[in-house]
Amino acid sequence: MLEGLLIGLQTAFSIQNLLMVIGGCLIGTFIGMLPGLGPMSIIAIMIPVAISMGDPSAALILLAGVYYGAIFGGSTSSILLNAPGVAGTVASSFDGYPMAKQGKAGKALTIAAIASFAGGSIGALLLMIFAPALSSVALLFHSAEYFALMVVGLSAIAAFAGTGQVAKALMMTTLGLIMATVGEGALFNLPRFTMGIMDLQSGFGFITLAMAMFALPEALFLVLKPKIQVGKGEEIKDLRITRQEAKSIAPVIGRQSIQGFFIGVLPGAGATIASFLGYAVERNIATKAEQEAFGKGSIKGLAAPETANNAACTGSFVPLLTLGIPGSGTTAILLGALIALNVTPGPRLMIDEPQIFWAVIMSMFIGNLVLLILNLPLIPYIAKVLTIPRNYLIPFILFFTLMGAYIGQNNATELLLLVGFGICATALRFADYPLAPLLIGFILGGMLEDNFARSMQLYDGIAFIWERPMTLGLLAIAALLIVLPSYRNRRARLRMQGIADGD
Amino acid sequence: MALDRWIALILAGVCLTYGYTAWFTMDGGLAPFMQRNPIWPSTFPKTLSIIGLAASLVILLGLEKAEAREGEINYRRLTDYNLGQALLLLGLMVAYALCLRPLGFLFSTAAFLMLGSFILGERKYLVMLLVSVLATGIVWYLVQQVLGIYLRPLPDFIGG
Repeated sequence: MLEGLLIGLQTAFSIQNLLMVIGGCLIGTFIGMLPGLGPMSIIAIMIPVAISMGDPSAALILLAGVYYGAIFGGSTSSILLNAPGVAGTVASSFDGYPMAKQGKAGKALTIAAIASFAGGSIGALLLMIFAPALSSVALLFHSAEYFALMVVGLSAIAAFAGTGQVAKALMMTTLGLIMATVGEGALFNLPRFTMGIMDLQSGFGFITLAMAMFALPEALFLVLKPKIQVGKGEEIKDLRITRQEAKSIAPVIGRQSIQGFFIGVLPGAGATIASFLGYAVERNIATKAEQEAFGKGSIKGLAAPETANNAACTGSFVPLLTLGIPGSGTTAILLGALIALNVTPGPRLMIDEPQIFWAVIMSMFIGNLVLLILNLPLIPYIAKVLTIPRNYLIPFILFFTLMGAYIGQNNATELLLLVGFGICATALRFADYPLAPLLIGFILGGMLEDNFARSMQLYDGIAFIWERPMTLGLLAIAALLIVLPSYRNRRARLRMQGIADGD
Repeated sequence: MALDRWIALILAGVCLTYGYTAWFTMDGGLAPFMQRNPIWPSTFPKTLSIIGLAASLVILLGLEKAEAREGEINYRRLTDYNLGQALLLLGLMVAYALCLRPLGFLFSTAAFLMLGSFILGERKYLVMLLVSVLATGIVWYLVQQVLGIYLRPLPDFIGG
């Protein structure tokens, strides 16, 4: 481990990578602050840049910096404007915005920054401990287990990611898998479902799809429903917090970093769930007097979600780096970028390319430090981005979306696909279909089929399902994940109708 | 029928077409040696078509009840929002996609940015011109020179 740490330090402290961290954090903060642009859109827009750099460690460092920068920026707009830029920071506005209204915006931002820093750093520490352990277990996995593990991941995402409707999330996952089968697979060298269209021969572009699923609908929502918000021009001052305040939020930060991290590790649960849960838990265990203050500008109520969402962001890297299975939309996009750079995340990553793994972890520490000491003093200036008129902002967002899809492929057909899929994605969002499962299904689809095919060939049939107990166990978990929530919903509904529970 | 069930109907259609291809037409051209494989190119799609069809039917028939949620935007009253602007911008994006090659990057992008802000109601023409030309130049420089990705800068007939 020590050796790994040193390799990581060496890679992360190169001038180029340091610039990547700083640049990534600044860009992320900058864009994350804009309401309506989540980390997924920002990362999707940044991918072509990252891929064309050609160096996987630098690319992953840049994208990870953008990721937590975006979460940090999102909390700034939650606090200052009550307009969360990112879903994971909605809970921060519960107490952050009241604080800002009381004229304590500076203090709120400092608490948010410290909480984010602590959450992120403790998360990175936990990642450092757990990821190598998990990946040494994962090395025992066979392709059959990989197949089963991906099924578990996908069903967990289907079960938790949606807004309670498992069927819709399952439908979206399946649709993603279906879209992944379009084009020429590596396994069969046979074009499938291309309908004779040459442009589909290589399948759908993953960046195009990511843009169409997230960036474009969000931009369209901004056009459709202009949120009324005028920069208030209030000065952000008095960034200091007292020792007493620091003392009262310290235990909150400690608890929430750990809780947030483990929620982030679970597939399907991410920063959003972690922040809401963190807020709820802290409110419940606070003393009576403190409970009164929640929602009215409590510093604990601000520190809890801020810590939890950053720790969860870090936690979501665990399944990505150790198993190669993304648990959230954002890590799915990161996985796509890594594959494009010819790096396959998974248990072998730590053995084959330790510098990538350790450099990313080191850069997380650096990134959190950058956010704390560089971004915090700059916040009053960065917040000026909120005053950019929307008339200029939206064309630029659309333009960057188009550019992202174009420069990856240099193909104008890709742009038409982007607009087409974007319209479909907007319709799906209207109807409350979750979009992240689609993208995760799309990215995992190829790997899922490859592993499935490999184990089918090894066992000459589907016997591997019952001959390998671990595979069978994992698949049973997957089935439970799908069935249980709908069963519980049904029972809850029956109970509401006054039907007694038979035990 | 609510929008989500209409979508489920469409998706059921997609799954049926997909399933039809996978079950009946795809294996026609399969080479004989591949037919001895335990897994065919159509195996995975066959499974997917069944899962997809089942999920879409569950949504379509409303087997899984969920409380109606007020979305960010109420799609039944789309005309209350800036629908015209959104549609115009989508049209503009399509036009941009079609013009990017023939008219060159510099011209199409500057025009796209200007028209985009025009559609959104901006009327300060001089600022618009300055902002879009400057941004186009910077982006082109970054993509072409720094990232080294070729973008045809000028229209066809000038030989860009």
